[in-house]
Amino acid sequence: MPHNLRIALAAALAGWLVLPLVPLAIWSFAHGWRFPDLWPRDLTLSAWRYALSDTAGVTASLALTTGIALATTALAALIGIPAGRALGLHQFRAKPLVEIVLLAPAIVPGIAVGLGLHGVFLTLGLTGTVPGVILAHLVPTLPYMIFVMAGVFSGFDTAYEDQARSLGASRWQVFRHITLPAILPGVLTGALFAFLVSWSQYILTLAIGGGRVQTLPLVLFTFATSGRNDVTGAIAMIYILPGLFILALTARQITGRSRALAALR
Amino acid sequence: MTDRKHAFLLLAPALAVTGGLFLAALGLVVVRSLSYMPVIGLTHPNLDAYASIFTDPAFLRGLALSLHIAVTSTLLSAVAALAAALLLRQTFPGRALITFLFQLNLTIPHIVGAIGILYLFSQSGAVARLAFATSLITRPADFPALVFDPFAIGIILQYVWKEVPFLGLILLANMQTIGADHEATARSLGATRWQAFRHVLLPLLLPGLLSASALVFAFAFGAYEIPLLLGANSPAALPVLAWRSYTDVDLAARPQAMAMAVTITVISAAIIGLAHLYARRRHAP
Repeated sequence: MPHNLRIALAAALAGWLVLPLVPLAIWSFAHGWRFPDLWPRDLTLSAWRYALSDTAGVTASLALTTGIALATTALAALIGIPAGRALGLHQFRAKPLVEIVLLAPAIVPGIAVGLGLHGVFLTLGLTGTVPGVILAHLVPTLPYMIFVMAGVFSGFDTAYEDQARSLGASRWQVFRHITLPAILPGVLTGALFAFLVSWSQYILTLAIGGGRVQTLPLVLFTFATSGRNDVTGAIAMIYILPGLFILALTARQITGRSRALAALR
Repeated sequence: MTDRKHAFLLLAPALAVTGGLFLAALGLVVVRSLSYMPVIGLTHPNLDAYASIFTDPAFLRGLALSLHIAVTSTLLSAVAALAAALLLRQTFPGRALITFLFQLNLTIPHIVGAIGILYLFSQSGAVARLAFATSLITRPADFPALVFDPFAIGIILQYVWKEVPFLGLILLANMQTIGADHEATARSLGATRWQAFRHVLLPLLLPGLLSASALVFAFAFGAYEIPLLLGANSPAALPVLAWRSYTDVDLAARPQAMAMAVTITVISAAIIGLAHLYARRRHAP
């Protein structure tokens, strides 16, 4: 392929990749941007000011969404790290079946999980509550944590732990000083995936929260369908910030990322 | 402690969560889809809900629409991702930028992409304004309906936008693992570049691409908020129909909602299972 054609194709691809974000970014600063204007009459900060004011409920929703995602990630790590160790280091007959059962929640459509969980949580009094939403988010996030950690532990040498134990270290000391430092990059990768999966949830939050737990995607949807394009643009920009931040964090950890990608596949 | 017991203890919390939440939820969906709901007096399991949805034209149109969305999105994404990965394999200025944009795109929630597509392709959106500025149209209604349309063009555009980077990054990782040696050997034996791609690289990439594409299919088939935002009111995608039935004031519609959820799950699982089987057969010659 000629060199210039390759660069032209790459430029077209790059343009397409950022294209849907462009109107969102412009709308967030737009004042009076009616058809057929190609550019807003005025640029203003009023949508941002409104989105960040107390009346819009966006800041409260931001805090709530962050709290839910952090709690979900912590639970997923607590449960997923041991499970990842079992799958990465141990061989047993039922392993293929266990792997399918543990991976399935990441693949089964959220609508099915959401409708079923709603029924289960109704009897437990968990519908319409934040803990209920956190538990629901745990379902699709846990598989990511488990399979990132299984990949990490499959390359982990337990001889170091045995040596530390034989030198008199306690179980906790071995974990704290030997295991944890070795698996930490993997734990971070898995945690970032878990955070983003929870951060993006829509139907599970709607089904379990029943409109009482208003995370950012739900607030964003409400504004998008109410015709407030400027506020929608501002919320959308706020909503994608953690992803950008996480990308900046992981940009240097190339090995961890490819491992995580293998887990996604 | 034996090795097996140790492994089981490590797995116990994960299995308890998966069993107590995920399997319990799916079990409840299946039971209720069989019209078994003692609370409202339904005590005899039967297939009435399935019979009623599979004879309902709205459901059948929704099924056809969801299949169309998932198949078209997956095929377009897979072909575009393959082309993009082949392009990105070469070294040229700007390659790092696109790889970065691929990763950036992975972190952006689907709903943000969907609203972006709405503001781009609606009849008063950015593209329609460009069409007006270049005198292609004289009023918004002249612009073709690309969102809220019966062909789900906006929905498909959103999935392609979001899934090309996902598939592209997986293909690039696989190309890196495969290396260039196999193709180089084929070329040294007289194969053209196309032949080396068609008969050497493509077969090596196919199992991975197929497995990943099955995930794309399942997502596009089962997602709720994208067709809700970008789709027409009728026909509506299956997940939208399922949620509508579930939130219907008439509790009798609930078994039908559950039967739709089972249908969505079974079709997604079948596609992923088939892709997995095929990939495994290709791996073990």
